[in-house]
This record gives sequence, C-alpha cells and structure tokens, in this order.
Amino acid sequence: MNAFIAIVRRDLLLAARRKSEVFTALFFFMIVVSLFPLGIGPETAMLRRIAPGVLWVAALLAAMLSLNRLFAADHQDGTLEQMSLSPTPLAVLVSGKVLAHWLTSGLPLVLLAPVIGLQFDLSARALGVLMISLLLGTPVLSLIGAIGAALTLGVRGGGVLLSLLVLPLYIPALIFGAGAVEADVAGLGAGGHLSLLGALLALGVFFAPWAATAALRIALE
Amino acid sequence: MSQRLVNWFKFASPASFYPLAGKMWPWFAALGTVLAAVGLWISFFVAPTDFQQGEGYRIIFIHVPASWMSMFIYCVMAFWAAIGITFNTRLSGMMSSALAPTGALFAFLSLWTGALWGKPMWGAWWVWDARLTSELILFFLYIGYIALTAAIDDPRRADKAGAIVALVGVVNVPIIYFSVKWWNTLHQGASVSMTKAPTMAATMLWGMLIMALAFWMYSIAIALYRVRAIILERERHTTWVAELPEMQR
Repeated sequence: MNAFIAIVRRDLLLAARRKSEVFTALFFFMIVVSLFPLGIGPETAMLRRIAPGVLWVAALLAAMLSLNRLFAADHQDGTLEQMSLSPTPLAVLVSGKVLAHWLTSGLPLVLLAPVIGLQFDLSARALGVLMISLLLGTPVLSLIGAIGAALTLGVRGGGVLLSLLVLPLYIPALIFGAGAVEADVAGLGAGGHLSLLGALLALGVFFAPWAATAALRIALE
Repeated sequence: MSQRLVNWFKFASPASFYPLAGKMWPWFAALGTVLAAVGLWISFFVAPTDFQQGEGYRIIFIHVPASWMSMFIYCVMAFWAAIGITFNTRLSGMMSSALAPTGALFAFLSLWTGALWGKPMWGAWWVWDARLTSELILFFLYIGYIALTAAIDDPRRADKAGAIVALVGVVNVPIIYFSVKWWNTLHQGASVSMTKAPTMAATMLWGMLIMALAFWMYSIAIALYRVRAIILERERHTTWVAELPEMQR
C-alpha cells in the first residue's frame, strides 16, 4: 500500500513539474468540443441533443493523447525495469500509475465538463448526470488505455496503433456514458446506465492492471 | 493418458507440425470445395424463392455463414492465444496470426454482403443496428490485432502482445455486443437458434449449414497453409527447414 501511494505521489509530482502536458490534453478537449457547433451550426435544440455524445467522444480522444506517456518515460530511463524487479507486485504499481494518470487527465475533464456543457445549453440536472457519468467513465478509459499503452510500448508507430487497439474497447463506456445523459434528458432516469458504467469500472479495476502488467512484462523481456 | 498428452505436445513443435499441416490442408481444401459446390447448388437451384424477400434473400447463404465464421474464428484465435500464454508454445502464436486475416476477411465479407442485402430489404446500405455495429467493431478488433503484430519486429514478442489483445478482445466482445444491443436494435432476430426450432424452410437451412461447413473447411485449410508459410519464414535459419525436400530444389 505504501508503494502504491508512493507511486501515485511520484507520478503526480512529475505531472506537476511538466504542467504543459496536462494542459495540452485539456485544451485539446476544449477545442475538439468547440469544433462541433462550428461544423454543425448553432441551433440550441440540436446542440443540446448532441452535447453528451460530443463531450464523451472528445473525452475519449483526450484520454488517447495522454496515454502514450503513461509508461514511455519510465521505460526509457529504466525505471519500469526496476519496478518489475521490486518486491511489490507490478500490478499494484501499475494501478498506482493508472490512478495518477486518471487524476491528471480524467479528473480535470470531469471538472471542466459542466462549463463546456453550458456552451451546449444543457440543463443543470443534465450537467450533473454528465459529471457523474464522466466521473465513473473516465477511470475506465485510463484502465483500458493502460493495457493498450503497455502493449504498444516501444513499438513503431505506437501512437496511432494505440488508438486502433483501444478505441474499439472504449465503445461500451461511450455508449453508457453518453446514454446516461440522454436517458435523463428523455425522462427515463439515468440509473441503469450509470450502474452499468459502475459495473464496467469494477471489472476494469479488477482485470485491467493485471492485463497491463502481463503486457508490460512482454515489453520488458 | 500421459502417453496421449505427450503425443499432442509432439505437434506443438513447428518441426513436427509442418509436415502434418502439409498432409492435412489439401484434404480440408478439397472437402471445402465439394461442400461449397453442393451448398451453392442448393442455395441457387434447390432452395425455393422466399415469398416475402424474393430472390434477394439468397445472399444469406454467404452472409450468415461468414458472420458465424468471423465470430468463431475470433474465439479460436483467443483459444490459441490462451494456450500460447499458458504453455509458452511457439506454434500457438503462429496459429493465431494465421487465423487473423481469415477472420478479418469473413468479418468484411459479412458486412459487405449485409450491405447488399440491406439495400433491397431495409432500403438502406447501412443502419446503426446492434448486430451490424458489433460486427463492424469485431472487424476493428481483427484489424487492431493484425496491426499490432505487424508493428512488432520480434515475432515472439508480437505473438505474446497479440495474445493479450486477443484475450482482452474476447472478454470485451460480449460486453460490446450487449452495450450496442441495448443502444439500438433493428436487425431481425436470429432465424436459427440452438434453443428453439428454426423459422426457415428445411432446404434453406440445409443450404446454409452446408455453406457454413464449407467456410469452416476453407478456414482450416487456409489457416494450415498460412501457418506453414509462417513456420518456414520464422524457422528459416534452422537445419530441419534446410533439409526439407522443397528447400533442396
């Protein structure tokens, strides 16, 4: 547990020293979301309708941006190899890195989403549901993404390959995440979608660090 | 029992599997050709015209078996991936990578014929229906697997990384299927199911099953043929490859 906390603190500290990387992903998210009204037109009824999907797709893409760096730096300077030799199970350390990744890439999106949602004229209630869905969904993105990041570590054209591998696996999170807001707007209640998103999160927390660890061990061979 | 186990593991070595595959694939290819000929004959000349869908329904004789095979081959790939990870056998990874292009081909074929069928029946080339969408995602999963294994130069590492992708994919396929299903469903229900009697004429069913078997034999034949090529490529530095009669020429 100590090692887990230590690795989270270390990764957060590293992120704090290189703030621009965190902010680049955030501004990417904002720019992608702002492109849609420009491309589609400013009718509020239409914007309200597409807002959940647009925000979620932008969140997927923003998560992809930062995934490349999840293990790359540690792999380059040999830290990852030291981690795999440490007495603490590598899966625990990987979970720590994933949590730190979520805190620096997912959580800011959750906090930023209501502000951007206002641009799309979403009601306060829908904004709340959107925030909850992102809060449950973005950790899933970090967890599944970690598997992809570990698999493409040190591989030619890793960035594009990573999106090819990971984006299809993100589809359930996208469907339930955006669906939650739509269901709430339609008056059906978002409970079912949010529960399923929570189930995905539980599955991800349990299995993803394990699969990512197996992938890392292959990369380190 | 232990004797039989030893015999099975004997063929886990590429050197002993290569000649076995060489003996087996022509038989599967011949069987596949015969079955395809019979199946096509049934589907074009024997099966009656559907009173609702007209002649256009005959596409299902290709479409349904192709969809079945695309899903089944992914499971087989994941099976070999699991074997490869557990027993650390080289041949398992080669089998997975030999199966992937065939699976991707069937997924593509199923989408393509589905579009051809959808235009006259639903009036649209494509609808965002659960089954179409999950077949499309399955196609993406195949492409991801092929792209990843192609991007890694070391074949052993490529096999292992591919195995993890295949296993993660196979865990996700049901999740994706149900999420897409709850998202939107328009496709007609499955006409053939394990639990209730099929809702189609017997000759149509026979035609479809024979075509499915033909596709199955084709997949086995082509996978064995491809795995032989992969074995030769990867083991080209070994003496047993150099001593093969086809290498002497």
